Amino acid sequence: MMNMSVNLAGVEFKNPVMTASGTFGSSAEYGEFYDLGCLGAVVTKGVANVPWPGNPVPRIAETKSGMLNAIGLQNPGIDVFIKRDLPLLKKYDTKIIVNVCGKTVEDYCEVVERLSDQPVDMLEINVSCPNVKEGGIAFGQKPDALEAITKEVKRHAKQPVIMKLSPNVTDITEMARAAEAGGADVLSLINTITGMKIDIHRRTFAIANKTGGMSGPAVKPVAVRMVYQVAHAVSLPIIGMGGIMNGDDAMEFILAGASAVSVGTANFANPFAAKETAEGIRAYMEKYQVEDIRDLIGAVE
Amino acid sequence: MKYRETAVILEQREISENIYSLWLHADDIVREARPGQFVSVYCQDESRLLPRPISICELDKESGRLRLVYRAAGAGTQEFSGYGPGDTLELVGPLGNGFPLDKGYEKPLLVGGGIGVPPMVELAKWLPGEKTVVSGYRNSDLFLKEELSRNAVLYVSTEDGSAGTKGNVLDAIRENHLETDAIFACGPSPMLRALKAYAAEQGIDCYLSLEERMACGIGACLACVCTSKDIDAHTNVKNKRICKDGPVFAAEEIEL
Repeated sequence: MMNMSVNLAGVEFKNPVMTASGTFGSSAEYGEFYDLGCLGAVVTKGVANVPWPGNPVPRIAETKSGMLNAIGLQNPGIDVFIKRDLPLLKKYDTKIIVNVCGKTVEDYCEVVERLSDQPVDMLEINVSCPNVKEGGIAFGQKPDALEAITKEVKRHAKQPVIMKLSPNVTDITEMARAAEAGGADVLSLINTITGMKIDIHRRTFAIANKTGGMSGPAVKPVAVRMVYQVAHAVSLPIIGMGGIMNGDDAMEFILAGASAVSVGTANFANPFAAKETAEGIRAYMEKYQVEDIRDLIGAVE
Repeated sequence: MKYRETAVILEQREISENIYSLWLHADDIVREARPGQFVSVYCQDESRLLPRPISICELDKESGRLRLVYRAAGAGTQEFSGYGPGDTLELVGPLGNGFPLDKGYEKPLLVGGGIGVPPMVELAKWLPGEKTVVSGYRNSDLFLKEELSRNAVLYVSTEDGSAGTKGNVLDAIRENHLETDAIFACGPSPMLRALKAYAAEQGIDCYLSLEERMACGIGACLACVCTSKDIDAHTNVKNKRICKDGPVFAAEEIEL
C-alpha cells in the first residue's frame, strides 16, 4: 500500500499537494472543474481584517515561461471570508490553510484570532508580498522584524503557523532561522520574485504597479535552490513552491527537502494543474516503486 | 457548466489584415455557450502560460461548431493564426456572463468597434426585436459585414471615410438618426465611454462588454477587475471581475 500522506506540525495531509495562495481564490472557481478532495490542502488567497481593494489595472503581464502580478492582495475581508467562503471550502474533503495578510502586526493578529474558533487547519502568514506598500514584505526582509511578528502571531494563533518567506533577500536561510526562532511551525517558500516588464512600443510599464511578483517555471530553479538551502538550515517542515507545473516539478522540491508542495501559476495555464500534479507524484512513486513519499523528502544526493 | 475541451480546427482564414476567422469543433462548450461569452484559448508553446480570452463570434448548436474571430496582435494569437484544419487547440469555456437577452427591448442597437465587432454576429441572431447593428472600422475592409446583415440592418463607420459614415460609431448613429431603446456594445474603451454618455443622455439602457488582461479567466485571480459604482457583492470592494461577473455590464454599474 503506497503512502502519499505527509504530516506537518501534527496535521495530516492525504498527499503533499496544495494550492499556492492567491492563485486559487477561496476555491469556488476551481471547484467547478474537479473535486478538490484530491488535494492535500487548499491554501486560500490572503485575507485581511478589512476588505482591501487591490492595485490599479493592468495587474498582470506574461513573461517568457513566467508572469508578473501585482494584484495588491485584494480581498473581501475576514467577515465575508468566514461567513461565505469558509463554509464552501468545508464541503471538500481536504485540509484548509488560510493565508493571512495585514498592514500592521495588530492586523495580522486580529485575523489570526478571528480564525481561532473556525474550521481551519493551519494559518499561513504572508510576510512576503512584494506588491503592497505597507505590511507584506516589510516584515519579511528583516530577520528581527520577522522573528518579532512570528512570535506575536504565535501568541494569538490556535492553529499551527506557516511563515511564508520571500526570495527577495540576500540570504533566505537567515530569514528561515528568524522564523524558526520566533516559533514558526512550518515554512513555505518561495513567494514571488520582484520583477519588471516594460512595453517598449508604448514606453510604459506593463503593469500599473510598475513592479510585480514573478512566478511560473522561469523561477523554479531559484525556488528549488532556496528550498534546499532552507532544508539544511532549519529543522522545520517546508512547503515548497515556485513554478511547479506537474508531478516531476513537484518531485524536485520534495527531493530538495520540501515535505509538501504548492501549485500556483500552473492553475492559470491549466485549471486541472494541482490535481494532475498529485497524480504525477503518484506516477513517479509507482515508476520507481517507492512505498512512502516520506522516504523521498530531502533524498537528493 | 464550464469545460476544458480539446477542440479540432475545421477551418481558418485571414478575413482582414491580421484578423483571423477560426471555426472549431467543441461540442460541450458550444452546447452551453451564449452570445457575449468568451473562451480561454491556450498556447501550445509552453513558454506562454496564460490563456488568451477570445470572444465568441458564432455558434452552430446543431453541429457543435464554434467560430472565433480574433486579431493576431501578439505572440500567442500569432501562434493560433498558424494552425489549420485538423490541428487542435485547448479551450476552456464558455466563460463570462454574456449579453442579457430577455429584457424585451423593441429596437436594440448593437454596436461593435474594431475587434469588438465579432460578438455582435451571434448576438444579432439571438436578440429579439427590430435590430440595428453599427460597426466601426478603420477602412472599407468591412469584415463580417455579410454575417451582420443577415439578422439586422447594418450601418458602418470608417475612420478614413472610405465606407459608410466618416468618423466613429457615434457619428454613424447620429448621421443616420438611429433610434433605439437599448445599446449592446463591444469595442475600445473610448467608444464604450462615449456610448455610456450617449445612453445616459438619451435615457436608455446600455450594456458594455469590457476587456482587460486576464490570468485565470475564471474569477479566481482578481487580475481583470473594473471599477464599480457600488460595493460589489462578491469582492466586497468597489470592483468587479470582468472574466466572471462580466464581461458584460450595465453601463451604470461601472466606472470607465
